[in-house]
Order: sequence, then C-alpha cells, then structure tokens
Amino acid sequence: MRASRPKVAIAAIAVAALAVAGCAESDRESGSGDSKKDTLVFGVAGDPKVLDPSFASDGESLRVARQVFETLVRPEEGGTKVTPGLAESWTPDAAGTTWTFKLRSGVKFHDGTDFNAEAVCANFDRWYNAKGLMQSPDVTAYWQDVMGGFAKNEDPELGPSLFKSCTAKDATTVDLAFTRVSSKIPAALMLPSFSIQSPKAMEQYDASNVTGTAEDIKYPAYAMEHPTGTGPFKFKAWDIANKTLTIERNDDYHGDKAKLKTIIFKTISDENARKQALRSGDIQGYDLVGPADVEPLKKEGFNVLTRPAFNILYLAINQKGNPKLADLKVRQAIAHALNRQALVDSKLPPGAKVAMNFFPDTVEGWNGDVTKYDYDPAKAKALLAEAGASNLTLRFHYPTEVTRPYMPNPKDIFELLSADLKAVGINVQAIPLKWSPDYLNATTSGNKHDLHFLGWTGDYGDAYNFIGTFFDRQKDEWGFNNPALFTQFKDADTTADVAARTEKYKALNKTIMDFLPGVPISHSPPAIVFGKDVTGVKASPLTDERYSSAEFK
Amino acid sequence: MFRFIVRRLLQLIPTLLGLSVLLFIWLRRLPGGPETAILGERGTPETRAAIRRNLGLDEPILVQYARFLRRMIRLDLGTSTGTKRAVTTEFVERFPGTVELTVMALVLAVGIGIPLGYLAARRRGQFLDHASVGGSLIGICIPVFFLAYVLKAIFAENLGWFPSSGRQDPTIGATRVTNFFVLDGIMTREWDAAADALWHLVLPGIALASIPLAIIVRITRASVLEVLNEDFVRTAEAKGLTERTVRRRHVLRNAMLPVATSIGLQAGLLLSGAVLTETVFAFSGIGAFVAESISQRDYPVLMGFIMIIAVVYVLVNLLVDLSYSVIDPRVRVR
Repeated sequence: MRASRPKVAIAAIAVAALAVAGCAESDRESGSGDSKKDTLVFGVAGDPKVLDPSFASDGESLRVARQVFETLVRPEEGGTKVTPGLAESWTPDAAGTTWTFKLRSGVKFHDGTDFNAEAVCANFDRWYNAKGLMQSPDVTAYWQDVMGGFAKNEDPELGPSLFKSCTAKDATTVDLAFTRVSSKIPAALMLPSFSIQSPKAMEQYDASNVTGTAEDIKYPAYAMEHPTGTGPFKFKAWDIANKTLTIERNDDYHGDKAKLKTIIFKTISDENARKQALRSGDIQGYDLVGPADVEPLKKEGFNVLTRPAFNILYLAINQKGNPKLADLKVRQAIAHALNRQALVDSKLPPGAKVAMNFFPDTVEGWNGDVTKYDYDPAKAKALLAEAGASNLTLRFHYPTEVTRPYMPNPKDIFELLSADLKAVGINVQAIPLKWSPDYLNATTSGNKHDLHFLGWTGDYGDAYNFIGTFFDRQKDEWGFNNPALFTQFKDADTTADVAARTEKYKALNKTIMDFLPGVPISHSPPAIVFGKDVTGVKASPLTDERYSSAEFK
Repeated sequence: MFRFIVRRLLQLIPTLLGLSVLLFIWLRRLPGGPETAILGERGTPETRAAIRRNLGLDEPILVQYARFLRRMIRLDLGTSTGTKRAVTTEFVERFPGTVELTVMALVLAVGIGIPLGYLAARRRGQFLDHASVGGSLIGICIPVFFLAYVLKAIFAENLGWFPSSGRQDPTIGATRVTNFFVLDGIMTREWDAAADALWHLVLPGIALASIPLAIIVRITRASVLEVLNEDFVRTAEAKGLTERTVRRRHVLRNAMLPVATSIGLQAGLLLSGAVLTETVFAFSGIGAFVAESISQRDYPVLMGFIMIIAVVYVLVNLLVDLSYSVIDPRVRVR
C-alpha cells in the first residue's frame, strides 16, 4: 500500500515546517498578552520618510516626531498660540535679536542623558554648521525656510542665515542670537524640525552623516532606527515590511504621562481602505478623512474631530483660453452665476464656508471688505449681454479619481457649477481628466483650458503662501499679465513691519477681488477620526495632535 | 538539458532590450511626468524644471536610455522618484508579501481547480459540470478589483471574520527574520503570528485566485474529457483496474500537460492581478507599490517592475517546460 501523493506532499511540508521551526530566535517580550486596550492602532496615508525631525518635511514623519520629540516652545493643545515646551519662559533683549530661554530642569532624554542648555546648543550648532548633503533643500527644508542659510553656504543661491549663535549660560539658561529682528521668532521654533535631540545618541549613531547623491539621499542609522528625544513616547520599532511604526510610553516623562502604553501607526494609502479598516476594527482611528465620509462616520458613532479650515477651493478662469474671458464683465458674470452657498450646503462637510478672499480668515491679511459677488443669475445674464458674450462656449476641465481636503467630490462640484453656468446661457464643454498628472498638467500649462477648479492647503499661516503662490507673476493657469499687481506683491513681501505688511495684504485682497482672475469658492475643514471608544485627543489646526492624551473609555 | 536552459536564459536579453525600448518611449509619451505628480497643485514652472533637471529628464531620450542600460547591466534599477529610495531596496522589502500572496492564490487555484475540473469532466452534463463551467465563466468575467472589493465589504467590514487590510496584526509584535511572515512565524515558533499572517492572506488570495482558478477548471475539464476518450483509458478500465488507479496513473497524468502550460502563462496574470488586489487590501507588496507608481509617473519603478515581470515570466515558463518531462516521459527537452 503506497501512500498517495497528496499525503506524501503534506507529510513533506509538515517535516519541512518542523525543520525550520525554532531556527530563529523570537525576540518577543514575555507577558505581552492581551494588550489590545492599551494599544491604539492609527491609520495613516503614507510611510514616514525619515525619523530625524531635522530632515523631515512630510506630514507622516512630522506626526511621529511630534510624539517622540519636544521643542523649546510648542503650540497650545488644539490651537496656534505659543506656549512653553522644553523652555519655561523666553525674553528678547532690547534690540530684539537675542532671545534668552529659561529651560525646564530635571528632564531626561530617552537614553537617560540629561537635557540641558548644552544639549540645546549642540542641536542648533549641528543645524547651523550643516555641510554637504545636509544643505540640500530636500534634507533641511524647514531650516532653510525659516533660517535661510548656514554657517558656510555651499550653494550661492542660499541666503545669509537668520540664526547667528547659541550660548549656554548655565544648565538651564540658553541665549539664541539672530542676525536681525524677525517676526518668525519664537513662533517658528514650534516646528517639529527644531526638536531637541539627544547629543549622545546623535553622536553614537552618526546622525549628521547623510550620504548618497542629491537624487538618492541615504540617511544614517540615527535617522532610521534610533531617534532619541524627550517626548511622552519613545520610538520602539519601524516594521517596513508590514508598514507599521510603533512608539511606546516613556515612563520617565517630565509632564503628564501618556495614557496608552503603545501607539502603532499603520500605513493604508487608500482613503476608502482606511475607512473600511476602521469599521472592521483593524484600526482605532485614522487621518485624512474624506469630507464625504464625515457625516456617515459620525452617524455610526465614531469620534470625528474637525480641524479649523486652512485651505481654499477656487474656480480658475484662464484669460488666454477663450479671448472673451479677458473681459472683466464676463468674469464678473461667471462669479454672479455661481451659487456658492448652495454648493457649500449640499456638497461640503459641516463647518465649510463660502470664500470671500483667496485664503481663509485664520490667516493675517484676510479682508472682509472686498467686492462680493452674490448669486444673481439675472445680473450675470445682463453682464454677458453687455460684453457681447451671450452665446459663450467654455471648455471646463474637472479632475477624476481624486479627493483633496478642499474638494471632496470634484465631479459633484463640477455638475453644480456647470448647471449654474448653463442657467445663465453659457455652454459648457465638460473635459474630465485623471488628476495626476493629466489634469494638473492640462490646467497649469498651455492655453487649452478656459475654466477649471483647484485649491491649496496652507503650509503655515502666511498670506503670501496662498495668494503669492497664485498671482505674484504671469502663470499659464490664469493666463493674465498684470504688472501693477505683480509689483504690489513684491512690495508686500519685502515689508518688514508686521502690521504694515498685514495692511498691504488686505489691500492686495481687495485688488484681487476687483480684478477677479478667478472665483474663490470655499474653505473646508479637514477631519481626523477616532474609534467609538477612543477619547482625549484634540484636533489641531497645525495637525499637532497629541496621541499621549488618547485613551479608551 | 543544460544547453536548453542556457539557450532559454540567453533569449531573455533581446526580450528585455525590446521591452525596455518600447516602455521607455511609451512612458515618456504619457502626458505629465514625475515632477507634476511630486508637486501636485504646488508646481510652478521653475520648481518643475528644477525637478526634471534633478532627475535627468531634461536630457535627450537616447542619453537617458543609455544611462538606464548602464545601470541595468549592474543590476541597479535606479532610485524611485516618489520615495527617493533605491528601486531594488523597495522591491526587496515588498517582494516577500507579493510572493506569499501569489503562492496562496496558486495553491487555491490549483488545489480547487484541478479536482473540480476533473469532477466536472467525469460528470459531464450533470449539475456539478454546469455549475463549475458557469462559475468559471463568472470568475473570468468579474474584474479582480471588484471581487476584492466585494469580498472585503462582506467578510471584513460587515461580518468581521477577516482583517480588511495589511499583512499581519501589528499588535502581535511578531519577530522578523526573512519578511516572509508565515515562514517567520514558523521559524520563530510564534505560531499565532504565522496563523495571523495566513489569515490575512485568505481574502486577497481568493480574489487573486479567481481568474486562474476559472481557467484551470476549464482547461482541466477539457483536457480530461479528451483523455477519457483515449483508447488506453478504455484498456485500463477493461483490465479491471480500480477507478482510483485509472484516474491517477492514466487520466490525470496525461491531462496535466495543457494545465501545466496554462499555469505558466498565468504567472504574469497573477502579478498584474496582485497590483489591484494589494491596492484594495492595503497589502504591502510590490503590486500596491506599482499601482501608486503609475499615477506618480515613477519611471524607474515602472521600468523595474516590467523588467522583473518579464524575467519571472520567462523563468516560470522555463520551469513549466522542464516539468513536462516529469509529467510525460515522452516529452524530452533538448
């Protein structure tokens, strides 16, 4: 009686399994039994790129950095106000160029070394004296954004450094000197990029040894495996194969200790897949909630938190497309034809607002006293008739397969807007295109487009970051040339005095809304969601959520 | 035998060259480039030009192709424009997941497909026959993407029987050895980790198996029907051999040749199916990575992926040809 082949196969597999079993060490800690209730698995849209916050500029790297590291000053929980971090107080000298920071005492890094003034200076000196690839804009984006340059600039394009020197006066007093007065200080020091890291760990793991080439940057062991800070969580493991990053409670934390033992960030790039993972219990929260999902998730009992809106959706009008669009009356007609309030009420998440300027009112320089274009189809028709454009046909591009924080459902938005335009006698030729890169390409270059919509999410609260990006020079997206406007931008940008600059941005907003290069449509608040039994986290307009406050009910 | 293998491997070179030329031209003819995808709505003409320069995309296409070839010879696939890491590193990290998934799908397709096809042929015209033929037609017609989505909605979201995403529950805290999670679990005797990894493979495995399963059922059925009508089967039955012996020694063995061929041809299909399946199940393999790379216009990743598919395809079919001589001694490779 011969054993049949399937039986032989199964036996062979079993033997093989037994042969390899136990041929590798398990590195589990014993007693890691039922840890479900002190572990939060949180879904994120992408992998972090690097764990050394000095090199990080992507949201997912910063999310991890904000839990593991601390900065001298930090935003208040759920707000934007500057509050004490590792420094208890800070005062400028009479000239306003040297700031004295009084540091917290008794704080330790995760490797057991002391946090003190010398550690602060070791960090600032490391950034300021960066060499080689550490000066690449891909590596130290935020330092260059805030401070401009380095001790020795290797690229002539880099400007002079705003930072001058760091002096440790005693263990808990540190002086930061700057080359000029700047409104950025101390607020910019809240950025995770200015996290204070353990000098010992940085030395031990070669933190400044960035190698490779500009297009193929290789980070040292410190930045991939050993980030060491003072925060409420310690870095535990980054499982690249399973796309998860684990941090665990720092029991020696100087402030309120984290309520949960472990937080796991799990990468699920597809928005829908994140939602399903939340529903099926794989994860207990996720970020970048699709605006269309906000209400359904609330109804199901999930804790949806809304961050204050920091974005803009606009309808762009290309004056190089159809020649009629260069006529201001036609642009005004388009603005009056659109029922923006109806769009906000029916298609955008709760808390969304109709836009009056090309940036939200949370940014300095916003102006409520600009020309407003109310929904008025009759006026729109009259304006079109005056301009001799009663039988206008416009190519209207809209994107498919995408949701952005400022536009949850482009197709629905397109249908509402094009119905409004048709109602006043404008013929609309619909041109749907795939968002990346087809749509972006078609709408931002050449002149084959007449109308399209696009938007922007702010990097930080700065007017130029919005309107300067759109209108400070001639661009294919808008197709107009308005030297007076471009000069006005230059003037505002180079004004040092904050109050005067704010006034200039207000004036700019007025100019823009009179010239009407496009129609600002709406601001939508982005959302973050947690499981039904997860509480404690406050939404932050700067995406500075603190997972140490999270707990299970 | 040895010369046969060498000759087949040498054939890879012109195949890869031709493929890479076509792909190189096609990718660069697509509208938009990696710079548009990287910058999103934040692109100015200057920043886009700077990125193109950085990636060497401003040079003549021949120069770019020559650079690509020089790298290929050193087995270097370049750097992903999206993640800024070496393409080979990205693939090596993600490769185990895709292998686990395709093996799971193949095991399901072969393990269910061959017996089902055989039974359908033996009971020709009966209910089981109609059901499996009809079912396989549905299996071929339903897009993998849709099936994956439906499976996930029913069994993960609503019933909660299976996980909806990933390769393993991260709270298990499994030890990593080879990054083949099932194997790692066995090697370290973390049986729960191995079981959990297997559990994560079930739904995506079924989705990915649907098309190959349908094809294997149909080919097995047709092939068995043909063999059943052969004289030697009637002879074997007339000799009074048991049905089991006839089935195994005579029918199945002879019917397996076309089935083996079709399995080889489906290797490419499985890899392209993995792109969709992995995307739906947020399964960190090569497929999901490539899906992202398409919209990112990540040229190096896409070139590398197609090159690897081509190599896998040729190797699998070489193995299939070699297996003929095992299945059917009359076939001898030279």
